Amino acid sequence: MEGTAVQRRLTWQVANVTATVSETPSVRTITLAVPDWPGHRAGQHLDVRLTADDGYTAERSYSIASAPGEPVALTVERLDDGEVSPYLTEDLRVGDQLELRGPVGGYFVWEPTDMAPLLLVAGGSGVVPLRAIVRERQRRRSDVPVRLLYSSRTLADVIYRDELDSYGDGISVSYTLTRAQPPGWTGHAGRVTPALLAEVAWPAHEGPLAFVCGPTSFVETVAEGLVGLGYPADRVKTERFGASGGR
Amino acid sequence: METLDGNALAGLFAEVFGEDMTNTVITCRTCGTTQVIGETVVYPNPMAAIARCRTCTQLLILITQIHGVSCVDMLGVA
Repeated sequence: MEGTAVQRRLTWQVANVTATVSETPSVRTITLAVPDWPGHRAGQHLDVRLTADDGYTAERSYSIASAPGEPVALTVERLDDGEVSPYLTEDLRVGDQLELRGPVGGYFVWEPTDMAPLLLVAGGSGVVPLRAIVRERQRRRSDVPVRLLYSSRTLADVIYRDELDSYGDGISVSYTLTRAQPPGWTGHAGRVTPALLAEVAWPAHEGPLAFVCGPTSFVETVAEGLVGLGYPADRVKTERFGASGGR
Repeated sequence: METLDGNALAGLFAEVFGEDMTNTVITCRTCGTTQVIGETVVYPNPMAAIARCRTCTQLLILITQIHGVSCVDMLGVA
């Protein structure tokens, strides 16, 4: 019994960095080879632990950017006063090792067997787990219709823009730019409001399932807005991240 | 203070309990609201993991770790 329990216990392990890609000036995707990766589900995250020479450790939780079955990838936004993200976005190199544990989380997870229309609402780098969900939909050849509303400061801050714009049938992507809009911008401008949600979101009577990820205040606004549109609270799954990115 | 949610504690819970807990439904002893642990309010704190009720903000779960020993206090869970 004890042996079984120990095996199930989540432990830290060492991964190798196999690739890095700059997504925006402050955001980088890191692809990892994880020797004992048990597989993950779309929307899950993992914890990263950095250890300084003096033994000081810092842990942060990051959403997994890749779909189940793809190599594990993290997309990390640099926070200028962060303890972990500057290292991940600037110092980490291909061939380096990284300590992690995961996958973790069973709440903010999309199962491809769920046939409900999907509403995905992202604030900034909150798009990362939602991208994993969209990729999982594509890999499973699911025909669940998807609407993605992505709030970003500027167009240059949009992560995965080429990929998101390449999706066609069944996936509708809307952007709203909160800080600045380029000349001729035909998308939305300003923060997500109940009116914008009413315009973009599936009507509640279609039985949609919503995933909302972003900074805490963003998630509160969107989740309240969706409940106001008649979404049952248990059909609005939320994940909030803070400036510290950790607990 | 900017708060997070119970998803941020998924790794710690998995380490302590040996399985995912974020989808586990708990009931607040103070106000009776039921919520999944992933939806609780988490206050960033390097010394302890603190999950509070999203409705009444009372303390639900407190986890401290020192020298590899975890102490879980579910004092606010009915």
